[in-house]
Formats: sequence, structure tokens, C-alpha cells
Amino acid sequence: MTESSLRSILPQLASGAAHTHALGFAWEGLVDDGAPRIRVPYRADLVGDPDTGVLAGGLVTALLDHVGGLAVWVAMDAFRPIATLDLRVDYMRAAQPGRDLMAQARCFRLTSSIGFVRAWAFEDDPSDPVAAAQAAYMVSGEKTAGTTA
Amino acid sequence: MTGPSELLQRLPYARFLGLDGVQTDEGVQVVMPFADQLIGNPMLPALHGGSTAALLEMTAIVQVADTYPRLRLPKPINVTVCYLRTGRPRDTFALARISRAGRRVAHVTAEAWQGDRNDPIASLTAHFLLQDDN
Repeated sequence: MTESSLRSILPQLASGAAHTHALGFAWEGLVDDGAPRIRVPYRADLVGDPDTGVLAGGLVTALLDHVGGLAVWVAMDAFRPIATLDLRVDYMRAAQPGRDLMAQARCFRLTSSIGFVRAWAFEDDPSDPVAAAQAAYMVSGEKTAGTTA
Repeated sequence: MTGPSELLQRLPYARFLGLDGVQTDEGVQVVMPFADQLIGNPMLPALHGGSTAALLEMTAIVQVADTYPRLRLPKPINVTVCYLRTGRPRDTFALARISRAGRRVAHVTAEAWQGDRNDPIASLTAHFLLQDDN
């Protein structure tokens, strides 16, 4: 598969599935030398604690899990089946109520079976994160391009 | 005092996921009824890992809030989710257990399963900040 064919389906991979569509995920592009970035627009029904208006931790986890998977596909430069093995999220501060949340990720190491990823969620500045994640993804051994969407 | 079902109804993201909870001998059992919008992989099909993670985290929050009632909800400090099996397009259940709760921090584990309780699809280990009422 060519680089351009993976890149052409990244917007679909970012928001095309039912869950990511329902959450309103939007593809923002590749930033900072190839890190995939997703935006989730603020919505009242995605709030965790109605007393604070802060987006739910579970939403942040879903966002980081998803952008991490995109980073593995970017590292493979191909769309092959992957599955999250584990994911650790540190919630460093509350997300600002009313603000969209962004997330971006990088796959630091890709072996034949595992992708090692770090991901961040933030409003404006990746160096002032709401949350940071460290995750490992199982990578399918299939190398056929026939599994592409 | 509000029960787990009433608390989940108050939380927007729990409502978004369709969560409901009942008190059992082992704690608050939460169900995430299957819905198309929980699907992450339409080809298998499989639940999105984020759906399962959010179920586990909400179950832990409700268990802590139920055991240590405060005016404010416990805030997650960090969570680790391990994905053990593919989440199938069916109802998913979860139970949490508080391993230790100090004055400020609680350590909680939780498991989610579908058909067989002994074949969990995912597990969670988390720390929560227990907030003062003031």
C-alpha cells in the first residue's frame, strides 16, 4: 500500500466507526512531523460530572486510545488490524469546561507484533496536557493490502 | 442517599453510554446495554475499546461514591485498562472492588464481562482522589 493511500483514509479511520462518529471525533491532520491529531468538540452529553461541566474521563480515554491506534497505522504506513493491549492514562488536570479537546499520538517503536505509543490530550498546547497516555497495541502479522477499508 | 441507578442517571456520559446499575452482594454491578453507537470495529464487529474503558471507569466511580459518599464525585488520577478479549456486540457488565481507601486516595480494580463472568473482556486498575466536601 502506498503512503498516500493510508493517508487518504486517515480521516475515515479517525471518525468513521459508529462510536467515534457518535462522540463527534474530527480529523485534524498529521502535525509535528507525522503525529495524527483528532479534535472532539465540547458537548454537554459528554460531561462526566454535571457539577463541574468537565468532559468525562472515559471520553478522554476513548480519545487517547483511538488517536494511539491512528499513530500505529501511521507508523506501519498501512491499514492492518490492530488491537489495544493495554492503556494507561494519567489525568493531569481537569479539561476546561466548554472547550474542545484535542489529542495527538506518536508510535515510538513498532515491532512485528507490538506498537508502543504515547498520546496526549490538550485544549491548545500539547505541552500543557489534560491527560497523557502510554499504550501498547497488538499488530496483526498480515501484510496483505487486502485488509484495507 | 441516592442509589447507583439514580447516580448514573445524573452523569451525562453515563447516560450517553446507556449505563444502569444495581446493588449486589459484591458491590454495584453496572450494565452497558449493547447499542450500535458503541461499535469501534464494524467489520468484526467489536465494541470500541473506549466504550469498555468508560464502562469500567464509571463502575469504579460509582462504587467509590457509593462506599464513600461525598458531595463531590471521586476524580480519576490515573487508570490502566487491559483488553483481554474482543468486546462482542452484546450487553456488557462490570463490577469494581476497592482495594484500599486512605484519607485522600482510593485504589480500585474492576472487570468487565459479557457471557461468562470468568472470561472478562477487560480489566481496570485505577487511583481516585477522594475530595473533601468543602
